[in-house]
Amino acid sequence: MITFDDVVKVYPGGGTAVDHVSLELATGKTTVFVGPSGCGKTTSLRMINRMISPTSGRVLIDGKDVAGQDEALLRRGIGYVIQHAGLFPHRTVLDNVATVPVLLGKTRREAREAAMKLLERVGLAAEFAQRYPAQLSGGQQQRVGVARALAADPPIMLMDEPFSAVDPVVREGLHREFLRLQQELGKTIVMVTHDIDEAIKLGDEVVIFRQGGVVAQVGTPQELLADPADDFVAEFVGRDRGLRSLSFDTAAGLPVRPLPAELVVDDAGRPLGWKSADGVRPTGGTFTSADTLRLVADLAILSPVGIAVRVDADGVADGIAPHHDLADYLAARRS
Amino acid sequence: MINYLSNNSEAVLAALRQHIVLALIPVVLGFLIALPIGYLGVRVPWLYHPLVNVAGVLYSIPSLALFVFLPVVLGTKILSPLNIVVALTIYTVALLARTVADGLRSVDFLITESATAMGYRRFRRLVDVELPVALPVILAGLRVATVANISLVSVGALIGVGGLGQLFTRGFQLFYIEPILVGVILSVLLAGVADLVIVLIQRAVTPWTRFQGSRA
Repeated sequence: MITFDDVVKVYPGGGTAVDHVSLELATGKTTVFVGPSGCGKTTSLRMINRMISPTSGRVLIDGKDVAGQDEALLRRGIGYVIQHAGLFPHRTVLDNVATVPVLLGKTRREAREAAMKLLERVGLAAEFAQRYPAQLSGGQQQRVGVARALAADPPIMLMDEPFSAVDPVVREGLHREFLRLQQELGKTIVMVTHDIDEAIKLGDEVVIFRQGGVVAQVGTPQELLADPADDFVAEFVGRDRGLRSLSFDTAAGLPVRPLPAELVVDDAGRPLGWKSADGVRPTGGTFTSADTLRLVADLAILSPVGIAVRVDADGVADGIAPHHDLADYLAARRS
Repeated sequence: MINYLSNNSEAVLAALRQHIVLALIPVVLGFLIALPIGYLGVRVPWLYHPLVNVAGVLYSIPSLALFVFLPVVLGTKILSPLNIVVALTIYTVALLARTVADGLRSVDFLITESATAMGYRRFRRLVDVELPVALPVILAGLRVATVANISLVSVGALIGVGGLGQLFTRGFQLFYIEPILVGVILSVLLAGVADLVIVLIQRAVTPWTRFQGSRA
């Protein structure tokens, strides 16, 4: 567990960056610090590995104050990923990944062998091992940055805007990869981002900072969307938080109606579309009971008849959900 | 010219050898001295501008004046090759201290930051990360210093020690063009070869620079 105990950071002449922050970040979970620029989120992150020292208060890892520990040794035990990856341009991808194990005293050969396995783990082909960072795309560099941070198998990873320098499509892929890796590895991750959507998507817990280094709210993404502490948080999580909060529930509990005659299905029972005066109009997609309520809402809105179609694992239609049923279901759930 | 060469091959070779020694020892010494000075100019930020200014002043002292002045300061004989070595070392330091400082300053802040965050201590970070990344800039300065030294050695002939420069003075004294031509051609060739060698070394030790600015 990482603990912030009444931490304050005041820069000489620069005002207060972090203002009496107390937090507990759970082991094995992803905590995301999010907020507008100048809110102290990056300063807070960098106090964990002593890149910045607090003016007052303490930062503890598993109960031990980091201030009392050797800086270099502490940092070798904490993975660190930054925007643009910060790779060493003069080292090959493989040697970049092997950096921390070599610092820890492993032979270059051992470290390279381990690095090779890690490259595979973050989804980079072996052919990239001997290339230099300048030969990689932004997304590939970021993967190498993650592999490098993971190389010594640290229990904690700090990530400072790790995905903000890549384009949205690549970022989407890196997000998926991140969630898959974290499921396998279960690291204690602290990530900084200014993007609330990223925070909600990747965080087990989200800490929202406001200007002046004050914590506005701490909670799971669901809690923040459902129950923002104040106007600032409500504004920050966005106008469509109601719709987005549907991402956290599956359609398992949503009642469906039997298939109507207007739904055209093929011989196997898979939906083809809706009957209309000018032929068959496509359904626009289907959902299963494992999909999110957000998808159901989306399908109901996009559907030419305002009805989402549910299918089973084989793609056979087994029920429909008109948009007013979804609205009733959500209303009943809230009360 | 061929006649001159075959009749004086030993004297010409001796002059060439002396030229190489007088030019290259200062390059090595100067480089080793410039490294810590250049580093200080980065480590202690307010030292950078004084460093650049002092280096500029030193480099602007005429070489002949320095050759004549040094025996007075060092207590060496006026004809001692040491005067040339010391003078050229001073020029090399003046040139390279600034280059080293500029090279280290050119290293992207993100790179040093991430090295620190991964647990590098200061000295190892300098040796393992900052100097290698600054190497292209530093080696470019080394090329300039080497070529400049090779041309400056000849001036030493005016005080009696000057490698190939002695061929010029001999030619002038005897009103004889051949030694002058040989001296000019050999010093140009020497400068060219030395430059090429450094370029080849640079290619070998900084293979990564070939990909900078071009993404695969």
